[in-house]
Amino acid sequence: MNREPLIRVHGLTRDYDMGSEVVRALRGVDLTIQRNEYVAIMGPSGSGKSTLMNLLGCLDTPTSGEYWLNGTEVSGMADDELARVRNREIGFVFQTFNLLPRATALHNVELPLIYAGVKASERRRRAAHALARVGLQDRMHHKPNELSGGQRQRVAIARALVNDPSILLADEPTGNLDSTTSAEIMEVFAGLHAQGQNVIMVTHEADIAKHARRVVTLHDGRVHSDVLQDAA
Amino acid sequence: MPFLEAIRLALQVIWSQKMKSGFSLIGVFIGVTFLIAVVSIVAGMNSYMTEKFAGTFFGMNTFHLRRFPEFMDVPPETWRAWRRRPRITTDDAAAVAAGIRVPVITADQSSARATLQYQGKVARDVEVTGAGEKYFEIKNYTIEQGRTFTAQEARAGLPVVVLGHELADRLFEGQDPIGKEVKIQAIPYRVIGVVETQGNLFGISLDKFAVAPAASPVKRFVNPPGIVDLVLIKARSLPEMQLAMEQAEAIMRSRRGLRPSEDNNFVLETSEGILDTWGKINRILLAALPGLVSISLVVGGIVIMNIMLMAVAERTREIGIRKALGARRRDILRQFLVEAATLAVVGAMIGIATGIVLAEVLAATTPLPASVAPWSILVGVLLGAGVGIAAGMYPANRAARLDPVEAMRHE
Repeated sequence: MNREPLIRVHGLTRDYDMGSEVVRALRGVDLTIQRNEYVAIMGPSGSGKSTLMNLLGCLDTPTSGEYWLNGTEVSGMADDELARVRNREIGFVFQTFNLLPRATALHNVELPLIYAGVKASERRRRAAHALARVGLQDRMHHKPNELSGGQRQRVAIARALVNDPSILLADEPTGNLDSTTSAEIMEVFAGLHAQGQNVIMVTHEADIAKHARRVVTLHDGRVHSDVLQDAA
Repeated sequence: MPFLEAIRLALQVIWSQKMKSGFSLIGVFIGVTFLIAVVSIVAGMNSYMTEKFAGTFFGMNTFHLRRFPEFMDVPPETWRAWRRRPRITTDDAAAVAAGIRVPVITADQSSARATLQYQGKVARDVEVTGAGEKYFEIKNYTIEQGRTFTAQEARAGLPVVVLGHELADRLFEGQDPIGKEVKIQAIPYRVIGVVETQGNLFGISLDKFAVAPAASPVKRFVNPPGIVDLVLIKARSLPEMQLAMEQAEAIMRSRRGLRPSEDNNFVLETSEGILDTWGKINRILLAALPGLVSISLVVGGIVIMNIMLMAVAERTREIGIRKALGARRRDILRQFLVEAATLAVVGAMIGIATGIVLAEVLAATTPLPASVAPWSILVGVLLGAGVGIAAGMYPANRAARLDPVEAMRHE
């Protein structure tokens, strides 16, 4: 087993050049996340939490600073290398689900496997298994618009898990869901964490963040507080 | 993403937007339809000219001795000079036949338009030929009923006649024509044979003719006495034909008393000579084709490029999602390139099918023959794929370069 921490971030900054001015979204973030943690990243809008989430998810590259994922330096990687890291190491769950509208649940879950080069029969088997894990074995051949919000988010979770990623990275996962469904999704996350999955969740809702074991709060592009807590 | 997967995905997208896809591939469709139809017609005419015309109509290993070429487009000065040349005589025919030292068969031939009658029925404007008895063998005619005339009948100039298939049908309408008496320019002839149908050449029937011995009464209207239109000379093989031609040329030059500096004032024509002329027409047709085809393909390519740019804009979010899930630039590039190429190839396939149908319809309703050239189908598909890839390159590249975060934010 790798003794490195899962994530080690040091002096991470990200500036956006908006033409007339430079917006400094992150001003030097230091953060270490160990294995099997369940972390919520909180902060008001404009605090830089979405920027941090994009950087942790390898969707974006930092202006300066280091980002080590599983003992590998990710900051400074080229486009296609980042794509590979996203494919193998990271499973995304988005606020707006981000499913392909024309594809069935099964095909949506297969997508990361397609880019991983897994052959068709194996892909189908693993995608079906991932859907079963989130309780959607009966909805595999439905398209997103035939599913409820909660079911769509479960499809997204199945898709995030299908490649056995190091991190499940969730961006406001309950932002478009009602409170009952939100609770269900939080239960799914808790269950995954209990099975050993690393979960990082970005949210601005305090009662969602309380499901996590650790809450990192950002303010003005810096870590403002980092608190361990008991599960809700 | 594997290639087949990409094609399947592309077909799904194309199928789910039938209307838009239909309009976008119309340019490629028209271009390829054009290509296939024109090439089919040209190829059809080609095989027609080489097989039917050169082989049957003209005769294999056969050359014609004439005053001037039969099928030729020349300036008026040349034409006037040709008209001043001496005509070919029956003596020329006899001297050539006697003088050629390789085995050949020969026949002289003179033709004119005449009216035929059988009882109440009249056939006007029929090509009536006075010829030697070897004429049928040289022309490769198969006799379906009766026989041809003999050397004795030819020498004696008996009024016997062999009819073309269509002419016999017209005059006798199902009756047995053999032994019946037809009148040619009011003089009675006995029908002794009917030639099997020859079909038509560019819509002109090759079955409306009558052939009688050159010495029979047809001599009164086909040519002045002692003059023939041409002499047909058939050798056993191509090399022998070439020898025979050299000998015939020498015989004619000496008969005409031509000095070495003087050009021939007669012509020895082969089917190759006529095929040369055809080849020129053929080349002009095929030279114009790329221009016509490429105009529609360029237009088709521009349409596809626009459609693909629209598709990239519409599916920006999808591209962002795919990139977030691990698609590399080349995966996205390939997805859109394959989509553009598939679109164009589908257009090309429909074009190929339509082109074939068009060629067949043209062949059935007009005198133009058609035969679909396999290479044109291949070219059609390759052109389609090429246009698709060329047109898809810019949009696909744009898609591949999208930033995943920006793209997923797109509505």
